[in-house]
Amino acid sequence: MTTLSAGAVRRAARLPRSWLFGGVVAVWVLLWIPLHGQDTLALSTSELTSLHERLNDLRDAINNTRGSSPVFSAFFDVIREAVDALTVFLQSLISQPAYGRPVPLIGWLGVVVVATLAAYAAGNLRVAVLTAAGFTSFGLLGYWQQSMDTLALTVAAVLICLVIGIPLGIWAGLSDRLHRVLTPVLDFMQTMPTFVYLAPLTLFFLIGPASGVIATLIYAMPPVIRITAHGIRTVAFSSVEAGTSLGATKWQLLRTVRVPLAKRTIVLGVNQTVMCALSMVTIAALIDAPGLGQVVLRALQTLDVGTAFRAGLAIVIMAIVLDRVTTAARDRVEARYRLGPKARGRRRIVLAGLGVAAAVALYLSYTYVWAAFFPGPAGTGVVGGQVAAGVTDASDWVQLHLGAVTDAIRNAISYGLLNPLQALIAQSPWYLVSAVVLALAWIVAGPRIVPTVAVCLGLLVATGLWQEAMVTLAATLVATVIVMALGIAVGVWMGRSDRADALIRPTLDAAQVMPAFVYLVPFLGLFGASRFTAIVAAVVFAAPVAIKLVADGVRGVPATVVEAATSSGSSAWQVVTKVQLPLARQSVTLAANQGLIYVLSMVVVGGLVGAGALGYLVVAGFSQSDLYGKGLAAGVAVVLLGVLLDRTTQAAARRMDAGTRRGRDQ
Amino acid sequence: MPEPLISAERVPAATVQDGPPALAVSKLWKVFGPRADKIVGTPLAELPRPELLERTGCVAAVRDISFTVAPTEVFVVMGLSGSGKSTLVRCLTRLVEPTSGDVLIEGEDLRAADQRRLRELRRHRFAMVFQHFGLLPHRRVLDNVAYGLEIRGVAKAERLRRAGEVLDLVGLSGYADHFPDQLSGGMQQRVGLGRALAVDPRILFFDEPFSALDPLIRRDMQNEVLRLHHEVGKTMVFITHDLHEALRLGDRILIMRDGAAVQIGRPDEVVGAPADDYVRDFVADVPKSHVLTIRWVMRPVRADDPLDGPELGADVVVRDAVRAVLSSAAPVKVVHDGELVGMVDDEAILRVIVAEEP
Ligand SMILES: Nc1ncnc2c1ncn2[C@@H]1O[C@H](COP(=O)(O)OP(=O)(O)O)[C@@H](O)[C@H]1O
Ligand SMILES: [Mg+2]
Repeated sequence: MTTLSAGAVRRAARLPRSWLFGGVVAVWVLLWIPLHGQDTLALSTSELTSLHERLNDLRDAINNTRGSSPVFSAFFDVIREAVDALTVFLQSLISQPAYGRPVPLIGWLGVVVVATLAAYAAGNLRVAVLTAAGFTSFGLLGYWQQSMDTLALTVAAVLICLVIGIPLGIWAGLSDRLHRVLTPVLDFMQTMPTFVYLAPLTLFFLIGPASGVIATLIYAMPPVIRITAHGIRTVAFSSVEAGTSLGATKWQLLRTVRVPLAKRTIVLGVNQTVMCALSMVTIAALIDAPGLGQVVLRALQTLDVGTAFRAGLAIVIMAIVLDRVTTAARDRVEARYRLGPKARGRRRIVLAGLGVAAAVALYLSYTYVWAAFFPGPAGTGVVGGQVAAGVTDASDWVQLHLGAVTDAIRNAISYGLLNPLQALIAQSPWYLVSAVVLALAWIVAGPRIVPTVAVCLGLLVATGLWQEAMVTLAATLVATVIVMALGIAVGVWMGRSDRADALIRPTLDAAQVMPAFVYLVPFLGLFGASRFTAIVAAVVFAAPVAIKLVADGVRGVPATVVEAATSSGSSAWQVVTKVQLPLARQSVTLAANQGLIYVLSMVVVGGLVGAGALGYLVVAGFSQSDLYGKGLAAGVAVVLLGVLLDRTTQAAARRMDAGTRRGRDQ
Repeated sequence: MPEPLISAERVPAATVQDGPPALAVSKLWKVFGPRADKIVGTPLAELPRPELLERTGCVAAVRDISFTVAPTEVFVVMGLSGSGKSTLVRCLTRLVEPTSGDVLIEGEDLRAADQRRLRELRRHRFAMVFQHFGLLPHRRVLDNVAYGLEIRGVAKAERLRRAGEVLDLVGLSGYADHFPDQLSGGMQQRVGLGRALAVDPRILFFDEPFSALDPLIRRDMQNEVLRLHHEVGKTMVFITHDLHEALRLGDRILIMRDGAAVQIGRPDEVVGAPADDYVRDFVADVPKSHVLTIRWVMRPVRADDPLDGPELGADVVVRDAVRAVLSSAAPVKVVHDGELVGMVDDEAILRVIVAEEP
């Protein structure tokens, strides 16, 4: 074993950390040669450990007591029924036949006009037009009903999120104690890959729309709480003090100073929550939540790229519309105060006009079939069929003609990076990997992290899915390496050049609002079903956040420092490597942290397209009853990996910050 | 012509005391830090600031300060940055809770007031103007000025009417519908001033209100304060780190250093008789002829003094006495309360003037 004694580490700490790191890896490789293949804790797909069986039993026990247990009738069922009532109500408004009618209460025409009105009221004319066009396109693509289901579930989740999240966020903004309690909980909620809430939730809330909404709630609530609290906390102290000095009560301060000044930030939180909700609602298709996610899921499972793309396109359009409208709402918070009386009058007229139009459209869509059912051929919509066929053709063409290129890329990464790493990690004895991980964590993050890492590793062994976890870890590391390479290259470029920043940032922003699911679709079309597809999707999913963090870090390096370095004759390369990156290294570490978390969640979703390992087990747990326990254990293993990677990189970032500060003080 | 450091149009503070002083502060302490209340009254409190910080982790921002302010007086607190001025003025309104000592506002014990009473006092009795304005960016200028009245529960029509009047008073007529960020710094501070005046307080506190402004605007704003003081005659406690500002505005000046009071006195006392080297350094560059009264340069009357020269009051500033003294052959007689208290001759005047030449 390669456990290093504390003394050795302390002595060695005088060596540069990268040497130590390399040394540990070298020792690992040397030990791998004689030891590989031993004690890898492999488990075939159908094999179960006693833990998995006990989890199955637990599920059965819970299902059997559901009818009789007061915990269910008084708690879980109450929540489920309340959420269900809201969801069913919204669905009967816009997506599902209801009240003895063959159609929902509001037909497509009514929905389009009301949505346009709402977009105008919250934002401006531009987003109103965008909304009208976007909503119409759902029908044209042939997915009106599915889109409305997705929208209904998203709206239900967002409403609950805001009703709970905004007051809680305001409270956390005012109370340090609540803030301290809440922060780690929210951190944990946000680092958990979305995928893994689902299985345990179904245990308590059954499968179906209500569970989908509840899973979405859990995922989408943290941003609005966190950002609201941040907004309240960062209100200029001078304004609060001025209010206090005039004798304002706490409530008056909140109403007249804190909330109005934080409003823009709060609406930003709403934006984030809406985007998270949409993303999760599509993933909740795995537990039978209705809507576009279901279409994508089924198409992914049958490798029907055309259909997946068509439904994915509808999701993307919905994401863009929701993002633009909530962003416009945020900008309007400021603009609204400033409207002159003339502009305000004009706005009122447009609003009144749209209001009348909405009333008429509601009536028409309630009464007439043409305004209720979206016109066009059933199933494919006006353009949906062509879109799907076109994409299928394009995908076939690419795979046929560009197969050589895509194969070359795939092979280069598979043989050059993924296979060796996977062999090293997944074929080493578990104790060797554990020792190496502990040593590396110590080196990058300091001794305080060791207990946490040790606990995570121990629990990973206990899940019985050690080897699967290691395969997933290898894929995650490969994807993260690529993400960081991209992040540093593009981030430095953006950080140094305003033009590059202005050019690239909008694309990154747009990429970040896309639900995780839809990233799989184009790469499935390019690379077919394989773990490589999952890795590429994960890279594309995680790159924007990493790039932005690096860019902001490089941008944050004081101009005077850069100037000094340049004036003393450093080349651009030297400025980047000797000044900007070292000073931005905390941001770079944070980028690695976020990159890892994003990649991990996507690598797991990649289980849907043949990525195997933990992701596959999670998915299998939903569909095969006797693999339920194993799937649950796989979910836990994902969380453990996430906690391990997150804690270690966070601690490393903190340590660098401390190091930088100490350096500055000297 | 440079403006006089001591303004001629200042309303003299009420010299005869009828009723309690507007503000009486005694033995006031504010200590920041862990277990701050365990420090005052122990030998620890005598330690210099850095040592106290080292030993206890506490900062004694205000140390044992006592003074009184008469009704309609302009009382200036001056000191370098970090000397505890902001903390002191916030203790006077309990925006910062004092650690120990007494604050009496028109005879009422401020520290004994409960939250409700404190709010009551803040709404009606005193108001504050801040260095960084503290305006509400989402409200029009008019609504910013009306804010204090809104807090107090005044009906909308009434408070807007009153705010309109105040806008005229602070010279912002016509800007009612602007937003704070559309105004220059000086105008924003006029809004801050207006907001404080709108509630018609009896005492106005200013915490370095003009430090963030350009020197020229600062001078305008100082004149504005003098004008307002002339028109509305409020008691003012004015914080500044700028000696010239202190000399121009203050009836009396409190000089602070590391939280403690170094000297309290009229401008001419501070310049003419600095309490220690710290104050002496401070006032070294002040043109003395603009501040000192002839009381500071006169000599005792001698038996052989010719008494046919002109008479001047003891409170006439040297600069204003120059012409009279130099053009008279005989020394000028200095008179206070109808009594001859001293003589000023050419030499005494010239000594002050020449000392100012670089
Ligand atoms: N809330 C606080 N907590 C701890 N220390 C403070 C606080 N406010 C002020 N201080 C300290 O008290 C001292 C006086 O500060 P302040 O009153 O702002 O001085 P001034 O206004 O004269 O610049 C400073 O050393 C400052 O660091
Ligand atoms: Mg200050």
